[in-house]
Amino acid sequence: METEKTNNIMLSIKNLKAAIDSKVILKGISLDVKAGEIHAIMGPNGSGKSTLAAVLAGREFVEVTEGTVTYFGRNLLEMTPEERSMEGIFLGFQYPIEIPGVSMVNFMKAAVNEHRKHNGIEPLSASDFLKLMREKKELVEIDSKLANRSVNEGFSGGEKKKNEIFQMAMLEPKLAILDETDSGLDIDALRIVANGVNKLKRPDTSVIVITHYQRLLDFIIPDVVHVLYDGRIVKTAGKELALELEDKGYDWIKKEVDKNDLS
Amino acid sequence: MRKMEKDQDKIINDVTSGDYKYGFYTDIETDRISKGLSEDIIRIISLKKHEPDWLLEFRLKAFRHWLTLKMPAWANLKIPAIDYQDIIYYAAPKQKASYENIDNIDPELKKTFDKLGIPLEEQKHLSGVAVDAVMDSVSVKTTFRETLAESGIIFCSFSDAVKEYPDLVRRYMGTVVPYTDNFFASLNSAVFSDGSFCYIPKGVRCPMELSTYFRINAASTGQFERTLLVADEEAYVSYLEGCTAPMRDENQLHAAIVEIIAENNAEVKYSTVQNWYPGDKNGRGGIFNFVTKRGLCRGENSKISWTQIETGSAITWKYPSCILRGDNSTGEFYSVAVTNNHQQADTGTKMIHIGKNTKSTIVSKGISAGFSNNSYRGLVKVLKNASGARNFSQCDSLLLGDKCGAHTFPYIEVDNQTAIVEHEATTSKIGEDQIFYCNQRGISTEDAVALIVNGYAREVINKLPMEFAVEAQKLLQISLEGSVG
Repeated sequence: METEKTNNIMLSIKNLKAAIDSKVILKGISLDVKAGEIHAIMGPNGSGKSTLAAVLAGREFVEVTEGTVTYFGRNLLEMTPEERSMEGIFLGFQYPIEIPGVSMVNFMKAAVNEHRKHNGIEPLSASDFLKLMREKKELVEIDSKLANRSVNEGFSGGEKKKNEIFQMAMLEPKLAILDETDSGLDIDALRIVANGVNKLKRPDTSVIVITHYQRLLDFIIPDVVHVLYDGRIVKTAGKELALELEDKGYDWIKKEVDKNDLS
Repeated sequence: MRKMEKDQDKIINDVTSGDYKYGFYTDIETDRISKGLSEDIIRIISLKKHEPDWLLEFRLKAFRHWLTLKMPAWANLKIPAIDYQDIIYYAAPKQKASYENIDNIDPELKKTFDKLGIPLEEQKHLSGVAVDAVMDSVSVKTTFRETLAESGIIFCSFSDAVKEYPDLVRRYMGTVVPYTDNFFASLNSAVFSDGSFCYIPKGVRCPMELSTYFRINAASTGQFERTLLVADEEAYVSYLEGCTAPMRDENQLHAAIVEIIAENNAEVKYSTVQNWYPGDKNGRGGIFNFVTKRGLCRGENSKISWTQIETGSAITWKYPSCILRGDNSTGEFYSVAVTNNHQQADTGTKMIHIGKNTKSTIVSKGISAGFSNNSYRGLVKVLKNASGARNFSQCDSLLLGDKCGAHTFPYIEVDNQTAIVEHEATTSKIGEDQIFYCNQRGISTEDAVALIVNGYAREVINKLPMEFAVEAQKLLQISLEGSVG
C-alpha cells in the first residue's frame, strides 16, 4: 500500500482546453499530481489559474472543450460539484461567499454529515460535532465566536481565508486546491493559514497551491512548481523556480514564451 | 450566459415539481346541501346546526349586508371571477349519534386525520397539544376537552359553544370583526359553519397548546370557519392552526374569521401553518384563501402575537391584525410567506395603536419562486391619543429565480408626535455563487436552498412552538425544493 500511495497518480489532467462565454482560457494543460505531493501553480494575472481551479471544482460557467481530467481513475468532469467534494476535492475560494442567515455551525454540520453519509458513516451527534469544531478551530487559530456567525458574513478578508482553511480541516480532503488563499493576507494571517495547511497535510493527501506571489511558498514548500501563462503550463521545475520568479518577475518567462511562439 | 440561464431554468423546474403530500381525498359519506347562496340556504345551514334565533338573525343581517358589497379589488392579486352561486356552503361527513365518543367516529375519518398526523385518540397525541379537528363544515372531534375543563378552560367546536355557552359567544362574537367589516367577513358571517371556540378564564395559564386542524375534503364546497378566542384577565394561551386540502383542478374557496380578545394582562400567541393545496405547477386548482384575522388587546398590558407560515393556497389574502386599545399593550406579527409556481399572496398586518405606550413589532419574510407573486401589505396607524407608541417593522423579500415578483406596500399613518415608527426593508436573491459554495462543501442544491431559506426564515420559525417549528422547516423545504436564481 505504501508504495502504491506514493507512486499513484491522484489527479491526471491531459490536454485540457476550456472556455468561458466562448472565450478560450485554457489552451491545453497537462498535469499529474501524485498522492502526497504539493504542487504550486504560479503565473501572472489572467493566465488561467482560477479557471483551472473552477474546472476542477466543477463550476458550470466554464465549458471544457477538449481534454480529460482523471481523479483516482474516474472521469472527474462527469462528477457533480458535490460529488467531487464528497470524493475528497476541496476548493479554498479566492473570494469566499457570504451566506446571510446560515450559521457556520449549521453549514458545516450539513457538509460534514453529507460527507459521512457518502462514506457510509452515521451522522455526528450535535455534541460530537461541536467537539470536532472546537478541535479544528484551534488548529487554524480561529476565533471561537465564528461558529455562531453566519457563513462569511461580516468577516474580514483574513477571517474569510482562515475560515476556508477551517472548513478544509473539518472536511479532511484528499486533494485541496487553494485558489490565491494568500491574497489580501498580512504576514501573521499568512503564517496561520500556511501552518493550518501544513498541519493538515498527510502523507497521502495532495495540495495544489495557486498563487501569484512566492511568499506563501516560504511556508508551504512545494514539490513541484508550474508556471501558467496564457492558458498553458510553460515551465515546470522544483521549488527553486518560485524563488527565481520572485527575483526576476514574470517578464522573462513571457518573453521566452512569446519568442518561441514567433519562431 | 445562455448556458447559465438554461441551468437556472432546469433547477427552478426541479424545484417546482415538489409534491403536495396532503392532496388525497377521503371517500366518505357526506351530507351536503345544494349549491348556491340565498336566505333559504342560510336558514338551512342554521337549521342543520340547531341554532338559536339570534344567530340566524346575525347570519341574515350579514347576508343582506354582503349583497351590497363588491369583492375588494385593491390587493395586488389577479383573482378570477368567483361564482358564489356555484359553491356548496355546507358539507359534513355523515355522523352517527355523536363524535364525543371516539368509537362513534367513522374509521375512515380517523384514518384521514392519522394520515395528516393528527390522531384523534388522546393517548396517541403529542403530549401537551389539544386538537379540534374540523372537516369541511363540521368539527369532528375535540381532544382533551375534559382535561382542560378541569382548569376552567373552554375549548370546543364553535357549534358546541353556541349551544353550551351562548352568553359568552354572544358577548364576544363580532366585536373584533363585525359582520360589516369586509366582503369576505360578511360572507363568512352569513354562512360560517364551524370552527373553534376557546375561553381561558381569569388567571389561568393554559397548560397545553391548543390547536385547530382544518381539512377541506368534499368537492365544490367552500370552507367558512370561525374561531373565537378569549383570554380573560391574566390568562395565557398558545394556539396553533393547521390546514390542508385535496388536490383538485377546481378552485375552492376558504373564507375564515378569527377573532381574539385579550383582557388586562392577558397574552395570546396565535400560530398558523397554512398549507392549503396551492394548485399544480401550471396554476390549475388550489384554494382561494380570503381570511380576516384580528386581535383586540382590550386590556392594559395585554399582548397578542401572530406567527404565520404561509406556504399553501393558490391565492392568499390575509392580514392578521392587532388593535392595541389597552394602554401598554403589545401586538406582534411574524410571517413567512412562500409562493411558488403560479401562487399569489397579498399578506401582511395592521397594527392600530390606540392606547398609550402601545408597542408593535412586524417581521415579514417573503419568499418568491417560480412565476409567483408575493406582496407584503401593512398598515401601522398611530391614533392621536397613543402617546409613546412604538413600532418596528422589518420586511424582507427573497427571490428565487427571475420570473417571480416581490412587492412591499407599507402604509404608515401617525397622528401623535411622540410615536416612534421604524421601517426596514431588504430584497435579496439566492445567488448561484452561494449555491456553488454549498455544493463545493458537499451540500446538494436542494439542501443548499433549504439551508439558506431556513436561515432566512429562522427568526420567524423560532417563534413557533417547538413541535411545529420542525414541521414548518420541512414544509418550507417541500414548498421550494431546489429553486435558485
